[in-house]
Amino acid sequence: MKGALLIGSVLTTLFVAAALVSLIWLPHDIARVDIGARLMPASLAHPLGTDHFGRDLLSMLMAGARTSIAVALVAVGIGLFAGVPLGLWAAANRGTWLDEVIMRGNDVIFAFPSLVIAILITAVFGPSALNAILAIGIFNIPVFARVARGGALPLWTLDYVMAARVAGKGKVLISAQHILPNITNLLIVQATIQFSLGILAEAALSYVGLGAQPPTASWGRMLSDAQTMIYTEPHLTVLPGLAIVLMVLGLNLLGDGLRDQLDPRLRRVRL
Amino acid sequence: MMRVLLNRGLSLALSLAVASVVIFLMLQAVPGDPAAFMLGLNAQPDTVAALRAELGLEGSLVTRYVAWIGGMVTGDFGTSYTYRVPVADLVADRIGVSGPLAAYALLLTIVIAIPVGVLAAARRGGPADWGVMGATQLGIAVPNFWFAMLLVFLFAVKLRWVSAGGFPGWSDPVAALKALTLPAIALALPQASILARVLRGALIDTLDQDYIRTARAKGLSRRATVLRHGLRNAAIPVLTILGLQFSFLLAGAIIIENVFFLPGLGRLIFQGITQRDLIVVQSVTMLLVFAVICVTFLVELAYTLADPRLRRR
Amino acid sequence: MTVPLVNITDLSLRIHGTPILRDVDLAIAPGQVTGLVGESGSGKSMTALALMGLLPKGSQTTGAADLDGTNLLTLAERAWLNIRGNDIAMIFQEPMTALNPVHPIGAQIAETLRLHGAPRAEAACIARDRLDRVGLEGVALDRYPHQLSGGQRQRVCIAMAIARRPRLLIADEPTTALDVTTQAQILDLLHDLVRDDGMALLLITHDLGVVAQMADHVAVMQTGAIVEAGPTEALFRAHRHPYTRDLLHASQPPPRPARKVADTPVLQARDVTRRYGAATAVDRVSFALHRGESLGLVGESGCGKSTLTRALLGLEPVQGGQITLMGRPGGTAMTPTDRARISVVFQDPYGSFNPRWPVAKLITEPFHLTGRPDDARSRAEAALTKVGLAPSDMDKYPHEFSGGQRQRIAIARALITRPDVLVLDEAVSALDVRVRAQVLDLLADLQTRLGLSYLFISHDLTVIRAVCDRALVMQAGQIVEQGPIHQIFDAPQTPYTQTLIAAAPTIPAPWLRKEETTP
Repeated sequence: MKGALLIGSVLTTLFVAAALVSLIWLPHDIARVDIGARLMPASLAHPLGTDHFGRDLLSMLMAGARTSIAVALVAVGIGLFAGVPLGLWAAANRGTWLDEVIMRGNDVIFAFPSLVIAILITAVFGPSALNAILAIGIFNIPVFARVARGGALPLWTLDYVMAARVAGKGKVLISAQHILPNITNLLIVQATIQFSLGILAEAALSYVGLGAQPPTASWGRMLSDAQTMIYTEPHLTVLPGLAIVLMVLGLNLLGDGLRDQLDPRLRRVRL
Repeated sequence: MMRVLLNRGLSLALSLAVASVVIFLMLQAVPGDPAAFMLGLNAQPDTVAALRAELGLEGSLVTRYVAWIGGMVTGDFGTSYTYRVPVADLVADRIGVSGPLAAYALLLTIVIAIPVGVLAAARRGGPADWGVMGATQLGIAVPNFWFAMLLVFLFAVKLRWVSAGGFPGWSDPVAALKALTLPAIALALPQASILARVLRGALIDTLDQDYIRTARAKGLSRRATVLRHGLRNAAIPVLTILGLQFSFLLAGAIIIENVFFLPGLGRLIFQGITQRDLIVVQSVTMLLVFAVICVTFLVELAYTLADPRLRRR
Repeated sequence: MTVPLVNITDLSLRIHGTPILRDVDLAIAPGQVTGLVGESGSGKSMTALALMGLLPKGSQTTGAADLDGTNLLTLAERAWLNIRGNDIAMIFQEPMTALNPVHPIGAQIAETLRLHGAPRAEAACIARDRLDRVGLEGVALDRYPHQLSGGQRQRVCIAMAIARRPRLLIADEPTTALDVTTQAQILDLLHDLVRDDGMALLLITHDLGVVAQMADHVAVMQTGAIVEAGPTEALFRAHRHPYTRDLLHASQPPPRPARKVADTPVLQARDVTRRYGAATAVDRVSFALHRGESLGLVGESGCGKSTLTRALLGLEPVQGGQITLMGRPGGTAMTPTDRARISVVFQDPYGSFNPRWPVAKLITEPFHLTGRPDDARSRAEAALTKVGLAPSDMDKYPHEFSGGQRQRIAIARALITRPDVLVLDEAVSALDVRVRAQVLDLLADLQTRLGLSYLFISHDLTVIRAVCDRALVMQAGQIVEQGPIHQIFDAPQTPYTQTLIAAAPTIPAPWLRKEETTP
């Protein structure tokens, strides 16, 4: 499926580009409230119109992309950097108490839906984008640990790992040289999935007020702001939602496309 | 079989214990005095002291934890500070909304996902498969609360078939179910998309196995092979996902309740946070985690039943 | 020859346009065993699948396969449902995965019968009868596949296949995944079924010994075409076609002539014991491997030879006894320098290499033990040259090589630290016979040139006989017999060795001598 990879890359690039541009330039200042310009229809100055505070919607969406991507990216990073070593370590010590402890720990984290973690963190430290990142990131750790362990276990039975052991290499060196490079495909694909889930989770947390706080722009909060005006201004609800859908769709298509490209199992000729 | 049960039961108890300690310790980490934190900056010292006593904040960490768990086990969840009623009563009220909503959504998820997933796997590469894969790809990308808002806009605002939110109570079951229908659909659609894709993938993997070829060599038709030999072997990954989905549905329900103004556990938890009612937050999160862990346990039992290889271990 | 049951004429097959079979003619006679031999990829299995109507998607066939006047190749799927399992049945290579793990075996046998109209009670009754017929009298119908051994599972597969008393049974490498004694039992069973029930058997195998022992007629297949066919003995004796001749010679290499080796032990085990909990995998094993010697280690799966190998390589601790390498403490007690004196070649030519590393990096990995010498690259080139590859192969990746070439790379890797002992762990078992013969020649050549000692672990007695000076026979963790190779094969002392030798399918020696009359 070359099409999935193409559409996915285009959509993802588009949103990432918008987020990057928003770092240095936005069509309008989104921190300034201009009640006089509230709820303006689309025009040359405001291509998507303005919201109930007179803020430019296009600018809000671009800045929202920045928040979403930043939160999801850091959360994926937390998952990768904490989860992958744990999973590799568990696989290298398969069947021992270490493996058992790591996997049981994972199960416990899995028992907390990320929203519940967010609720707990917020209840203690108050709502913020950072806490949203933490909540989503913690939930990513067992995901990556499982993927890494699951990918590593069959590799540990292969003869090249045995050959490396005969060559005197220890668990850490083997995990780094032989296991990790051969599970990167799995990890890349999982990372795109977790990235898209992170976008969704950030939107949900912001929607219920547990994520990014004003004046940081966020798609989820734009939606909660728009909810009361759904009768009169439906486009305020539709646009941020569409942005989420397209971003997530793009990432998922990219993930699927990458998997088809990278997974030798799928390239194998089936007779 | 008994050993498996015992083993799983033990890990269930362990997970619960760890989870409760985590929740307890996290809420202990509230900066400063929890009682002062709950009452805000302008509280009188004697009010704070009264609350401290009520919260059981006197005594060591261990005795407080034991008191909390002991209370939970006997159904005493403490007293909500803001509502001035036992938390157990509040929860009992709200669970009558959240529980049925999650169950309704789970039912919809299964009813939609299974036929769709089987169809796609059986017609792998055909137009039906493409259609399913495309639709589910979109279904996964849609945030459920946004989908809920669109449903409200369409069915409540434009078509006026249902009310936009609120819950009439279970005295009129038909009205109650009607009020839960849109929320359940909004919750189920993304989960059904995920489940259908997982089922398709699991079935396709299963259909590549040697024993499928054996079944075909016996003279079984393609269709009978999928139904008799494919489905049950594909059940294990599907059950695993289904277990995880329950946790997502529960979390999703918390959010969806906000869209539809449903008086469920989600609303309760958010009110607890805004009003700094830590007892409510602590007890309700523990309850949610308890539900998730129990469902995971049931799922593991279910696939022990589905796969005879796991029964003797 | 009697009137054939199935007559294949001019069968050609293309899959997605790629030619797989070319003009295959094959007559399968009732009450006889028809052997179809060839190396991997020769098209044997595809011929079988064509007869089952189970060819993969994208297949196009021409020609005919006639059964009772109908051409099987043009049948509609609906018509096939009445033939599969009923007139033609099939068993496959992998008994471990051929049965559905979630259904009891009785239900799986009965399913074939129910499918073709038997009522439930009768189906269960017949299922019991068929299980008894395949020698599983003591096994209940409600057992699950995972509760049975590999041999038992293959018997269940046979019971399932003969449930409806089909007229043709196709067996695709039915014993390749089994131990030699189990193989002998399964082959006996198949032979009985043909003799007693008048069934036709199409036996597909890469093993000429199996064909020589079983088949009345044989067809030899190479790259999608049948190069030669005829009555088995006559065809084997004639040595007419060069390909058949090559196969015959490669599959029955001559025994190693007795020779004198020095009496200096390089690797010694004394009362080595390895326990896992209550189970003893290796039980007081003692032996010595001498300089320049080839020592065989023979045994069936689960006998403990893999565990022993890992212990000798220092990958697993032992609970008793001691290992000595070149007079120094061996096993896990080895220093890195000691470890460089012993190396290993594994079975699987595909799993032996990290797919992301180039050959240069792969074969120099053992330098981790000694520290990388300055002339590492030239030593790697020398090692490649030694095993018959080109120095220019250094920068290629494993997937660019064939199975035989990969085993050569594995040997190059094993030689890079200039070891004294080479452990060959089923090192030629995954190779086709002609490639196997080349690798064995290479090993013999390296041994004379470098004075290496080989510990040759194999389940394949033919190979052991061809390359080893002495052999150890292992059973249930113990060495039950050891001695010079001619003694093990010609005058085995213990009952187990006798069974093992007798079970190995061989081509009768007279068949291998070229007859005077042939040109």
